[in-house]
Amino acid sequence: MLAKRIIPCLDVRDGRTVKGVHFLDLRDAGDVVELATGYSEAGADELVFLDITASREKRQTMLEWVERVARVVTIPFTVGGGISSERDVEALLKKGADKISVNTSALADPGLIGRLAYSFGRQCVVVAVDASETAGAWEVYSHGGRQPAGRELYDWAREAEARGAGELLFTSMDHDGSRQGFACDALRRLSEQSAIPLIASGGAGSPADFYDAFTCGKADAALAAGIFHYGKTSIREVKQYLQEKGVTVRL
Amino acid sequence: MKTVIIDYGAGNLFSVRMALHRLGIQPVVSCDEREIRSADRVIFPGVGQASAAMERLKSHGLDRIIPALERPVLGICLGMQLMCAFTEEEDTCGLGVFPLQVEKIRGTEKVPHMGWNRISGLQSGLFEGLAESEWMYFVHSYCVPDNADAIARCDYHRPFAAALRRENFYGCQFHPEKSSRSGERILWNFIYGKLA
Repeated sequence: MLAKRIIPCLDVRDGRTVKGVHFLDLRDAGDVVELATGYSEAGADELVFLDITASREKRQTMLEWVERVARVVTIPFTVGGGISSERDVEALLKKGADKISVNTSALADPGLIGRLAYSFGRQCVVVAVDASETAGAWEVYSHGGRQPAGRELYDWAREAEARGAGELLFTSMDHDGSRQGFACDALRRLSEQSAIPLIASGGAGSPADFYDAFTCGKADAALAAGIFHYGKTSIREVKQYLQEKGVTVRL
Repeated sequence: MKTVIIDYGAGNLFSVRMALHRLGIQPVVSCDEREIRSADRVIFPGVGQASAAMERLKSHGLDRIIPALERPVLGICLGMQLMCAFTEEEDTCGLGVFPLQVEKIRGTEKVPHMGWNRISGLQSGLFEGLAESEWMYFVHSYCVPDNADAIARCDYHRPFAAALRRENFYGCQFHPEKSSRSGERILWNFIYGKLA
């Protein structure tokens, strides 16, 4: 049986990790390689890094920390943040990233998804979608949750998959940072309409939240940051809880 | 122990190289015939699409060189699939080291089969020191059905071959270089272990 994956997410700025709460207040959380190694040893199934550096040197610093991570980490990792071309992706894969995630650039140029899938295989193309709900309608946002993209969640997810996404990473902006649980209804609908793996993101506060994302939400993997970063709950605790409840996990 | 990673422009060699570095091995990365033929161990990785990868193999003459190797060869993921006779992926003919067909993963499960799954029925020195039902990391949309050359099995919708062996040729569908300590043990076994 394929295990449900637990994926710590690390936001990276200038080679250090930070965690955004509700996409705003950034707090420094440590060295990227140190945290990545720690999570790998602690039983993380994969890692996701989102580079939020805004400087002009971003591309170079990104390649540097990606290589540093690839040298020591023995599990797969995904890199996202400002990736907008085949050239960006090729450079990151060469430095050891296993997958890349696109968000704003895919909304601006949906054809990018297909071009990346064709050049590098769809297994390494993760399409990340940030969305917020108003009166039952899920609106997609770009630019790290700052701009409405004029797309409806389920419709955009369907299009991304049809264009060649290998995996979908859905963040509910309403739940992100709240520690009140994932957006399970939206997750379930996304999972049921799609034939590619779905990663749940935004809202993890307790082991029970992961259980809900995997059962009610039918997610294949769940991503979390804050809950793990400050040592509140360990990955092992989450996995033990899931295993006791009958969910297949790698322990 | 001279270890060569075959570089034919298909996919990410960096991870395999780094995994070997962590084991204290400095591999040669090359598509040169003399380098490959003089290696004690050859690793044949592969990520991406089968037909394009096969074309690149041919353009380097590797379709002739690889099947003639007499030292242990380990194909990883697409590398293993290309060592089979035929793959349904764009109806591509492979190297024919394993007289097997690679089939699309069919059924109600999500594709690609992506993530950690257990391997069992371990039957080779390649798995020395590993527990039965060890977790390995998989990413693939095609698979080789269970068969007489299988030395490990996995289950996703139906059983399939997680690893193959025929004479000096080995293949694994999962990524040992991405499968934490157990994966590194497999690479160590391949380089230093008793493979029989």
